Amino acid sequence: MHEMSITQGIVEICESSSEGRRVLSVTIEIGELSSVIPDAVEFCFEACARDTALEGARLIIERVPARGHCRACSAEFPVRAYYEACPACGDFGVDILTGEELRVKELEVE
Amino acid sequence: MCTTCGCGPEDQHHHNHDHDEKHDHGHTHAHRHEHKPEHQHKHEHHDGTVAKTISVETDILAKNNRLAEGNREFFTEKGVFVLNLVSSPGSGKTTILEKTLRDLQGKLNFAVIEGDQQTDNDAVRIAATGAPVKQVNTGAGCHLDAHMVCHAADNFDMDSLDVLMIENVGNLVCPASFDLGENYKVVVLSVTEGEDKPLKYPNMFHNAQVMLLNKIDLLPYVDFDADKCKAFARRINPGITIFDVSSKTGEGMDEWYNWLAAGARKKV
Repeated sequence: MHEMSITQGIVEICESSSEGRRVLSVTIEIGELSSVIPDAVEFCFEACARDTALEGARLIIERVPARGHCRACSAEFPVRAYYEACPACGDFGVDILTGEELRVKELEVE
Repeated sequence: MCTTCGCGPEDQHHHNHDHDEKHDHGHTHAHRHEHKPEHQHKHEHHDGTVAKTISVETDILAKNNRLAEGNREFFTEKGVFVLNLVSSPGSGKTTILEKTLRDLQGKLNFAVIEGDQQTDNDAVRIAATGAPVKQVNTGAGCHLDAHMVCHAADNFDMDSLDVLMIENVGNLVCPASFDLGENYKVVVLSVTEGEDKPLKYPNMFHNAQVMLLNKIDLLPYVDFDADKCKAFARRINPGITIFDVSSKTGEGMDEWYNWLAAGARKKV
């Protein structure tokens, strides 16, 4: 259940960025390939936000779709999982371009 | 107050490390003083509640990554080769370590950080080999992080070490996301597990650079297709280096030892 430490990380980043102001909402980006489950982050958020500037804040989660680049043929394509082959040439040497994000994007403060 | 990263005592109760036992070993690592204490002053002000948007764009794992980078610099400065051993519970990580430490005794100087939710059973096994060991109990935590490793490493005389082995909590999911400052992640998979584990837990096999396929002495007795398993691992991670080993019979261990010794030599 590493979502608990991930969520604590979110709260820490927000507290240092909000400089004491109450946080109304926080937008985070979770890539589709990151091993973090949005539902679990939401579940942990309320507990982690308690008694902080984030108490009562709205959590907005944006999923970032995964895209890959084939080292063999340079094709770019959407990726659903790490083990997928390049749809153009069938090679498994695929570099992940996006989809591994785990980022606090922005805050709305009072 | 911990001297290595500036954290206060209230930050430390969740993982046990004895701060006083070895703080006199003479090395300073000022570059590991990474995170500034973040003050959490919360005060209500203004009554006009005009919302303001602040762009943050900060990686949620940034703090761990910063501490991990500090660890890596420190290990490099000390010329210590560091491996992070990850696997599901029961794959044989501790047995591989015991055998490796015994067989390479006198050739390389090892220290071990043992991560488990509870007990110091593994640390006791490692200590019996004569290598210095530090047990870290994560309690409810499912992985080691860079902060825990930073403190655990304070228990060793790093100048005398060639290799630091970090045995992570047995878990094929969470430890994949947390950089500890190691040189390589080594994933252990045993033939008593499913051959499709690389596909089921792709993040871990994607992030590891080395895979030890363990318990190969049991291959005649189990329905495990080793070639298929390795093909799956290479599908996730074409560059992964794979060693077939049996920590029980010693089969294949020499190749692993050669790789280890070459890595340690490069660091000196």
